[in-house]
Amino acid sequence: MATANDYASDQDVRWCPGCGDYSILKQFLTVLAQLDADPDRTVVVSGIGCSSRMPYYVNTYGVHSIHGRAPALVTGLRMTRPDLDVWVVTGDGDALSIGGNHLIHLLRRNVKAPILLFNNEIYGLTKGQYSPTSGVGQRTKSSPTGAVDEPFVPTALALGAGATFLARSIDRDPEHLRTALHRAHGHAGSAFVEIYQNCNVFHDGAFDAFSNKEDKAVHFLPVVHGQPLLFGPNQSHGMVLDGLVPRTVDLTEGTWSANDCWIHDETDRVKAGILAEMHGEVRPFGVLYAVQRPVYEESVAALPPTETASSLDEMFAGQRTWEVL
Amino acid sequence: MKSEVVVLFAGDSGDGIQLMGNAFAQEAAHEGHAVRTFSDFPAEIRAPQGSLSGVSGFKLQFGGDSVHTPGDQADVLVVMNAAAYKKYQNALKPEGLVLANSSGFDGRNAALAGYAPGEDPLEAVRAKYRTVAVDVRKQVSAALVESSLSTKERDRTKNFFVLGLLSWMYQFPQEQFKSFIRRKFAKSEALLAANLLVFEVGHALGETLEVSAAAPVAKAKPAPGQYRTLVGNQALALGLLAAAEKANLPFFFGGYPITPASDILHELVRHRRADRIVFQAEDEIAAAVAAIGAAYGGSLAVTASSGPGISLKAEAMGLAVALELPLVVVNIQRGGPSTGLPTKTEQSDLMQALYGRHGEAPMPVLAARSATDAFDTAYLAARIAVECMTPVLLLSDGFVANSAEAWKFPSAADLPEITTSRPDGPPADGNPFAPYRRDANGVRPWAVPGQVGLAHRIGGLGKEPDSGNISYAPQDHAAQVAARAHKVNRVRRYYEPSACECGATEGEILLVGWGGTYGSLKAATESLRSEGVSVAHLHLRHVFPLPEDLGPLLRAFGRVLVAELNSGQLLQLIRSETLVDARGVNKVQGLPFTTDELREAVFQNSAQIR
Repeated sequence: MATANDYASDQDVRWCPGCGDYSILKQFLTVLAQLDADPDRTVVVSGIGCSSRMPYYVNTYGVHSIHGRAPALVTGLRMTRPDLDVWVVTGDGDALSIGGNHLIHLLRRNVKAPILLFNNEIYGLTKGQYSPTSGVGQRTKSSPTGAVDEPFVPTALALGAGATFLARSIDRDPEHLRTALHRAHGHAGSAFVEIYQNCNVFHDGAFDAFSNKEDKAVHFLPVVHGQPLLFGPNQSHGMVLDGLVPRTVDLTEGTWSANDCWIHDETDRVKAGILAEMHGEVRPFGVLYAVQRPVYEESVAALPPTETASSLDEMFAGQRTWEVL
Repeated sequence: MKSEVVVLFAGDSGDGIQLMGNAFAQEAAHEGHAVRTFSDFPAEIRAPQGSLSGVSGFKLQFGGDSVHTPGDQADVLVVMNAAAYKKYQNALKPEGLVLANSSGFDGRNAALAGYAPGEDPLEAVRAKYRTVAVDVRKQVSAALVESSLSTKERDRTKNFFVLGLLSWMYQFPQEQFKSFIRRKFAKSEALLAANLLVFEVGHALGETLEVSAAAPVAKAKPAPGQYRTLVGNQALALGLLAAAEKANLPFFFGGYPITPASDILHELVRHRRADRIVFQAEDEIAAAVAAIGAAYGGSLAVTASSGPGISLKAEAMGLAVALELPLVVVNIQRGGPSTGLPTKTEQSDLMQALYGRHGEAPMPVLAARSATDAFDTAYLAARIAVECMTPVLLLSDGFVANSAEAWKFPSAADLPEITTSRPDGPPADGNPFAPYRRDANGVRPWAVPGQVGLAHRIGGLGKEPDSGNISYAPQDHAAQVAARAHKVNRVRRYYEPSACECGATEGEILLVGWGGTYGSLKAATESLRSEGVSVAHLHLRHVFPLPEDLGPLLRAFGRVLVAELNSGQLLQLIRSETLVDARGVNKVQGLPFTTDELREAVFQNSAQIR
């Protein structure tokens, strides 16, 4: 049985000590091992940013491309090489700012590839500017008095772009993250996984509410297909739907029980929209949405040929020729 | 016997002018004439009907072997309306003939063309030129009185009526035109019948009108072989497809709609098969980067664009330079900067092709000189990309893209072989695979995912020699910059020795050109040489790196003139690379050179150095 180490390259990992990327890399390598992935048929493609260094640390095929363009590269690769297992590694600046166009088009086309978006709400590699997921008021090197840009909610953006798979996980919950990666890998289509990742240098503690022992229970809402939305210490709370408005209810008071709670159906587009937009104190983690739609590269491969010539010579001749003697 | 004839078709962009011109060009080529064409159409799809801005023009010259260009002043001007006449009234020789559709010269059309109320534009035509006026609308509606077509559809057959008339004038066999019409309208019986009928009526009218049959026109003496006609973008597309097949590689094209490059996308999608993928991307950047992805996966990958689209691909080209993957980037140049002149021709992207990337990022740059040459140049560009593991820029332009020519097409078996640097397997010595270990020509191996034991990582960051691992070490960076430059310089091994078109090796004046000005320079040089002027013509296919034997050849002439459709870009390169005191002959009007402009430049310089 292969181990995570078998999938690690011989290169020194150059992230800052304490960076959340280490955990994500570890879980990714572990998942490759669990999948018994063929390193000769696996390709990790990234853009630019801290997260995008990852291909260098994985002992498979890999391309560290240019800022924001990994989805475009993957589209060309998957169209021509559907036999390969291709992963996209990106960050909030890479995927949602400079590469926003490529991301939304990858999702609408449904090119088969898990997209691991490391969201740390900051530009790390350029040393601390606000990103498209930074909150209003977030003070950074380029927003010393606080950012005024309304942030993207990545899951909502992805769903709006036509994503067929949405998941959220976090660097500090290895098991949860591995499960999300397995699900994403198994999805036939673009699998968008937002991974909360702590940048301990420029935006430390951004996701403490979802990872610290004392806070996690009240902010981290696990979503599991067919299960009620329960959270809190000892599942003390649940989520109910009041029309289309999600409400937190206390299950310890006796008014509400788990039976009243919203049962997660990951194929429900309308409810996926509510989950994708749920971006306050309580946020859903797990597979928010997963449906089947034709995979782009398969649809392309199924197009009828238009070439009528059976050889280059016939193609050169075209419809009408004449001979000069 | 006339040695050549220039016909200029002009009308509303909805009149089917380009179709009419191309059909005539095909038949002329088929009759054995040498043919060159020039499309002059507006960027607007349907500018207001009858207006000056909506005029579309198509010029062709046909005749004997002296035909190298679409010609300058026309012998025959076919005008479908008053605006067309107004736009092109000075494009006709004084003794030329105007064939006018009189229904396009009525009061409404006269007003739309900006003639004063009460002014009869047709009278103005008659006052200036020998004129044959036919009410084409009336003719076709009479001919089609029993047709099921709508009035609008009947009106649209006007162009084939005019072709009928012209085919009578030049005594082209009717049957050839008719088979063209049959192919064109194969999908609609009613349209097919109507166009055939009006063609015949037009032809018959020629006999009854006062149009005399034109003097016979010389034919070319082409080399024996199989011929067809095609336009530049089509030839370019076929060259790329041929290269992929000869290299035994799948083909991938990433494109985004832009004038005048879109016809490459259109042509390629007509040749789609399992191993030929044509991708219309979300933007120019994605078109280029998807092509890089396909190249990484082992395809012959191509992206094409024009003007601003090429600017957007600059970052991707830099990545391809750093990754050292084969990629053909096609630039169908148009007038710039910015949106500029989308439908007009220019050669103003040469400096961008050479230097338009950050860092030292050399790419071989090739330029297609004519429609048929676009096939050969595209084939060679793809061959260099694959065999040298480098992105290559292939320059064409709006003129070459749309011009039609007779093509003596090759046999696939005769095309040069294309080999890849694909490694067979992991290194025999047990060491890890080194993706950047180069051969004597500086070429790295092209291992592709799926190859066992060759898993490796590549990227845009500075790298260590051989392993390609990230390195910012000063000596590693210097070594990679030098290695990439060396690799591109070694592309010169593909060059033929530099030689003038006329075979001259010395003389008074040397006209140097590149790309789509080939025909203009050749025609001007031939006419000057026939008058005893000491002038020769050298045309560069490889604009970067320049051929090593260029300097000595240039120095054998009294004066070197670099003629190009920009303000002097190749001129700067030649001066800096060869230290020859070359002078520029420049035109930046969105139009090709005329023979007279080039002759005048030669005369002026000739007088100066005497």
